[in-house]
Amino acid sequence: MSLQVSDLKVYYRTLAGDVKALDGATFSIADKEIMGLAGESGCGKSTLGNSLIRLDGRMRYVGGSVNLDGNELPVWDNQGMNEFRFRDVSVIPQYAMSAMNPTRKIGTMTAELLESRGEKYREIKPELLRRIDLVGLDRDVLGRYPIELSGGMKQRMVMVISTLLDPSLLIADEITSALDVSTQRAVAETLVSFRDHGFVKSMIVITHDVSILYQTADTILIMYAGKLAEKAPTKTIIEGAMHPYTKMLISSLPEVGVRYANKKLSGIPGSPPSLLRPPVGCRFRARCPLAFDKCVEEPPFVKVARDHMAACWKVTGSDA
Amino acid sequence: MRRYFGRKLLTYTLTLFIAATIDWLIPRFMPGDPVYGLMSRMGNNSSPEAAKALSDYYYNLFGLNQPIWQQYLNFWGGLLHGDLGRSVFEHGQPVTDAIMAAVPYTLALLIPAILLSWWAGNSFGALAARRKWLDNTMLPVGYILTATPYMWLGIVLAFVFGFTLKMFPFANSYGLNLEPSFTWLFFTDLVAHWMLPFLSLFLVMFGGWAIGMRNMIIYELDADYSRYLEALGAPQRLVRKYAFRNAMLPQITGLALQLGVIVAGSLVTEIVFSYQGVGLLLFNAIKSEDYFLLQGIFLFVIVGVLAANFLVDIAYVIVDPRTRVGMRGGTA
Amino acid sequence: MSSVIASEPKAEQAPQSPGAAAAVPTPKPRGEFLYFALRSRKFLIASTILLILVGIAVLGPIIDSTNPNAQDGLMNQGPSLKAGYWMGSTSFGEDVFSQFANGLRATFFVGLLGGGLAALVGMAIGFTAGYRGGWIDEILNMVTNVFLVIPTLALLIVIASYLQRSWPEARGILFEAIFVGLTSWPWAARAIRAQTFTLRSRDFIDLAKLSGRRGWKIILQEIAPNMSSYLFMTFILLFGGAILIAASLDFIGLGPTNGMSLGLMMYNSLNYGAALFLGLWWWFIPPGIGIMATVGALYVMNVGLDEIFNPKLREI
Repeated sequence: MSLQVSDLKVYYRTLAGDVKALDGATFSIADKEIMGLAGESGCGKSTLGNSLIRLDGRMRYVGGSVNLDGNELPVWDNQGMNEFRFRDVSVIPQYAMSAMNPTRKIGTMTAELLESRGEKYREIKPELLRRIDLVGLDRDVLGRYPIELSGGMKQRMVMVISTLLDPSLLIADEITSALDVSTQRAVAETLVSFRDHGFVKSMIVITHDVSILYQTADTILIMYAGKLAEKAPTKTIIEGAMHPYTKMLISSLPEVGVRYANKKLSGIPGSPPSLLRPPVGCRFRARCPLAFDKCVEEPPFVKVARDHMAACWKVTGSDA
Repeated sequence: MRRYFGRKLLTYTLTLFIAATIDWLIPRFMPGDPVYGLMSRMGNNSSPEAAKALSDYYYNLFGLNQPIWQQYLNFWGGLLHGDLGRSVFEHGQPVTDAIMAAVPYTLALLIPAILLSWWAGNSFGALAARRKWLDNTMLPVGYILTATPYMWLGIVLAFVFGFTLKMFPFANSYGLNLEPSFTWLFFTDLVAHWMLPFLSLFLVMFGGWAIGMRNMIIYELDADYSRYLEALGAPQRLVRKYAFRNAMLPQITGLALQLGVIVAGSLVTEIVFSYQGVGLLLFNAIKSEDYFLLQGIFLFVIVGVLAANFLVDIAYVIVDPRTRVGMRGGTA
Repeated sequence: MSSVIASEPKAEQAPQSPGAAAAVPTPKPRGEFLYFALRSRKFLIASTILLILVGIAVLGPIIDSTNPNAQDGLMNQGPSLKAGYWMGSTSFGEDVFSQFANGLRATFFVGLLGGGLAALVGMAIGFTAGYRGGWIDEILNMVTNVFLVIPTLALLIVIASYLQRSWPEARGILFEAIFVGLTSWPWAARAIRAQTFTLRSRDFIDLAKLSGRRGWKIILQEIAPNMSSYLFMTFILLFGGAILIAASLDFIGLGPTNGMSLGLMMYNSLNYGAALFLGLWWWFIPPGIGIMATVGALYVMNVGLDEIFNPKLREI
């Protein structure tokens, strides 16, 4: 087991009260596994991704634990997490295009970042150059400012920097949403190659665009309204999903490979519930065509087949 | 680089052209006759013939009896020769000379006040963004300072440190019993007279820079590149260093934007302290209705502000690599 | 005023914080504004100070109807309740409180009218440049940059000093406010242009365009309401700026000749009353405090509003 998350709860503080953006997540990722994390926007997938590396100011750790390679990650402790960041957990952020300091040469910034973490830039530089070659950038990008690079180049450079210390877990947060289709494919392939080269052990690829996961992910975890809905190997999710939400999500997709805009999925009538005061029981109940009286109780996220987890009374049986 | 400076130069040339044209237009298109105004101010104690001769002289001097386009060309001709006319107030001295005599005093006030307040304000603002208690005390002080009219702070300083405590003189640029000379006595006297006007300029500006820096740093600390560094576990030291450097850039642009306000501040401050710089000269020109002098000072202030703007532009290019990159013809 | 430029609100940014945005039901806008306004210390303190000042400006001259320019009282009286000059009198025997209250009135008048006018010009130019783009933007931008560089006060001084001879009737406070307003719009135009630029490419603007609405209607109905908080804050800053410029102008002796203003009080105290050399502090201290309190409260109010309108700056 590379990553083991149990009952992780992270809420957003707002005036009206806590928004239960991540309300008890339990799952694990194996070594070498690339897990896609998908769901509508606002379902808590980015909250989950962030909570594994850095909670932003408005997020509040409520409970649960995260274990990476046998070490407990102090996700509630911003200072304590610093030790693990970059070396053990790393991130390719949503804002990769603007992640590099605009007024520093890329090489200088990388060097300063590494030195600040107690690493020797000179020792790492040969590997850095090798990886720059690998992603198809010129070596002289290190002498350039971010503004001199195109969007795709910046993205690749950030991918190289983020994985430079060979982290165990890499979180790639919506990294393809700003790119055109052909670049998306290249980025996805690069991610896979990073795993194959052993730069990262396992990976979480967060996206609202399930189609990008076909070519990348080994497994897919579907979230709905702050809860986990289903996790299974990619092929199973696409061909044999069990959770009604997953089924509707997949069937509402256009052809594989066609980019899906970041909008509410029109295929599913209704909209997700408020996470401020979420309904009791199954949160998909109101939109679910199969809902029955058992659904007022909360369905557990349990194993329904080999490598297949789901949270639905219809799947597990009401007496489970 | 060429494009950047080309644009700037075009703006400045245009500004100078428009400002000079306004300067030329105002006396001609104001209601009333400027020569009549001048004459009536001088009093009517001369014979009608003498008055006629005088008025002819002034019409000639202003060139008001020539066609309007000719007047405009003459104006530019004189301007390009550095001829801004003669000052009535300064007993017929050329306006250029009168201004040049006052400029050193104004610069001696402005340059140290601008540079020191910019440096101190930025350092303080950056510090305030880091310490809560300093932020809570400095922020109100900063806002009060930046909301203070320059001349009033000058009056208060003059009243407290000059009139009441008698620590510094608070009128004139040097003691009237002294002759300007390169002696230690004169120098210390000069510094003593300089102290209070400098201080009032410094303090008001300081408040503005400190608040500006504090706000910029907080903004930069929330920027994507800061969040990325934090996500990769970089220590606060590095995150703050980057934020500080990047927050400096808008402060440089801010300096350029503020120059007009700062110069205005120095004009009124000089008036408070009867400090014989350009501001006091302007005040006297207004009181004695010395229009050549007035317009000359206006043009001079514009040229000065434009030149200072250009200096700031150069400084900006040196500090912000992005401008240079764009100039190299990169993918900006 | 550098803080003014630097603290321009970075409001209305497109990306919301990830995740939460879609799920958080936002309370009704007005209720939300009140909720935060009542909890913002900066906003509350600033509005209290402003209310007190407005009270003095409005009620002062009514309660104490002494003519501020009447030179018929005791001279050089320090503040005391006995002599009937509770804020003292000038060396001409004028009542300082009456001058202060009337001057404050003028200050608010100049600020409102001058700041309002500058906001209107700034909006007209900023919206047009930002919405139309292209060569119209290029030209307006150039004009804005030109007027941004010309020192406003210097320009006003030249205009006012000609006016004082050739058209004395124009030396009233109304004209002063108009002149100040017509010269202090450039930074506002620039800021509004930048904001309009970011709004222009949003979906709802495209939608409005597709439905064939006229440009100025889209500006008024879609763009302006979407940055109304930003516009209001711009106005507040222009308000404060206009007060400071007018005070400088008055202090140079180019202010209104037929009324009273805080700048004029300072001018008179220094140039005619020799107040500094006689130590008549009650004459020149109040007008400065009046200006400082008004402008300072406006600036702090701006920061408070920024925190109220902009969720990113709120402290929870």
